[in-house]
Amino acid sequence: MTTTGTTLTLGKATREAYGEALLEVGTENKNIIVIDADLAKSTFSWTFGKVFPERFFNIGIQEANMVGIASGLASCGKIPFISSFAAFILCKGFDQLRMGAAYPKLNVKVAGSHGGISIGEDGVSQQSVEDVALACALPGFIVCIPSDEHTMHAAVRAAAEHEGPVYLRLGRPKTYVVHEAGVHFEFGRSIQVRDGHDLTIVANGLLVAQALMAADTLAKKGVEARVIDMHTIKPIDAAALERASHETGAFVVAEEHMHHGGLGSAVAQALVAGTPAPVEYVDLGDRYAESGKPDDLLEKYGMTAKNIVSAAERVLARK
Amino acid sequence: MVAASPTISTAELAHIAQKLRVHVVKMIAAANSGHPGGSLSAVDIITALYFGRVLKHDPKNPTWPDRDRFILSKGHGVPALYAALAEAGYFPVSELMTLRQVNSRMQGHPVQGLTPGIEASTGSLGQGLSVGVGHALAARLDGKTFRTYVLLGDGECQEGQVWEAAMTAGNYELGSLTAIVDSNRYQLDGAVEDINSLTPLDAKFESFGWRVIQVDGHDVGAVRVALHQARESHDVPVCIIAHTVKGKGVTYMENNNDFHGKSPNADQLQVALSQLTD
Repeated sequence: MTTTGTTLTLGKATREAYGEALLEVGTENKNIIVIDADLAKSTFSWTFGKVFPERFFNIGIQEANMVGIASGLASCGKIPFISSFAAFILCKGFDQLRMGAAYPKLNVKVAGSHGGISIGEDGVSQQSVEDVALACALPGFIVCIPSDEHTMHAAVRAAAEHEGPVYLRLGRPKTYVVHEAGVHFEFGRSIQVRDGHDLTIVANGLLVAQALMAADTLAKKGVEARVIDMHTIKPIDAAALERASHETGAFVVAEEHMHHGGLGSAVAQALVAGTPAPVEYVDLGDRYAESGKPDDLLEKYGMTAKNIVSAAERVLARK
Repeated sequence: MVAASPTISTAELAHIAQKLRVHVVKMIAAANSGHPGGSLSAVDIITALYFGRVLKHDPKNPTWPDRDRFILSKGHGVPALYAALAEAGYFPVSELMTLRQVNSRMQGHPVQGLTPGIEASTGSLGQGLSVGVGHALAARLDGKTFRTYVLLGDGECQEGQVWEAAMTAGNYELGSLTAIVDSNRYQLDGAVEDINSLTPLDAKFESFGWRVIQVDGHDVGAVRVALHQARESHDVPVCIIAHTVKGKGVTYMENNNDFHGKSPNADQLQVALSQLTD
């Protein structure tokens, strides 16, 4: 998907792909145990649960307890996948993730659904805008936000095969398909979805599609933007960033997260350790959002293709 | 090193407990740091578990999949557990004196994967019972018969997560799970009863679907009997409320909350050792 003017089609929500992938890997590997905290129909963990009730536990509204139980199961050789809304599992389960997954390096897989502000109408209490910062603050955790159904599917498989703790952020709304089915996927290895040499747009989650749309607009203005799907925030793909720094010399980082501690921070940290280049950011900033339709919120809070184009123009002026 | 004997007497268990207490005060004094009060209150419980033929375990094979699990949820009491593990043969007794020093496996609070015999990283209170539920569920899923024991502090039971886990264990009828509450009646800032009372603790656990056994936590024979009674329970989880004395065995530490998290000085150590080796 590197050609200018590609029309993106709307696919499944990444949470739906999560459930399907979980069922697939759980069919193959009987050590996979799935736990949810009363949001199984929303996170799609129920896709697994209804087929494998003996390996599925709906623990009730107890996120902290759920993480602790996962710690015990992982200590006995099981591969627990635990899910809830991202805002709840990271915020309410953080100490338990610290003591029971990160510190003992256990094989716990954490799925935070309804990430970002695109959950929409439910408002700030349910909108996770700090989950990446929290997950990145757990030593040894892989932190990943797949951009579409195909990379989510691959990420669940990669999580099941990886020995150690993983955080996956799932999204509520249907998401544009930006990758082919069966796309090659590895944690820590970004996927370039469009080439260009004037600047690089680094994005993850639903901002990857927005980045591709922005690249189309920029191309009409004679600017060729490279677009990188940086699905893994930790470990960051520093090699791809270094290459892009040499070849394009300017960056826009776009993510559905607050400004601090997310993809923007990780990219900036990597760039200054290598070949620094100017960076502009498209993110929520240092604030919360509000209730509203997802598209209205992304528009109001500045996380659309239009905002990426503006950021690109700003960074090109600094180049 | 103390070998587990099939016929160990209560007097022999009491002797081992005193030996563990000597280790505890020496370790904490050497580190000049640690929690003597809550370690000493737990010694007889830990002695009964490890030396009273309660736990099915193998010090030479600490990750044996069929072993019984012991999770020290009140992680600050870990000197008592290190002493028991060393005497049981998990690691050399000499290593105890490296407590809280850099490069030591005797970390200030338990660390899973670092120290042989430690089943969970604890020290942030309230989490061990959930981990125990996970172990008990894994046993059920795999059709294994190992049992899981979790030692909690009474103050620790103020943590909400304890009750999340208690609710789940009760509803799932996790008969292989035993919680033991080291009820020494004190927490860091004072008496549990004054700060945020748990009374009635027995009724609380019972209302969550647990069978409750109350015992004098310093009558090591009685604790052993209670633990063996819990082993016979297969339908519901069991909570043993062990009534203990914080700082038990060292007169100036008993019920003296100054020694919650303070090491004895050199003179105090000598007094403690003379009392413990009478």
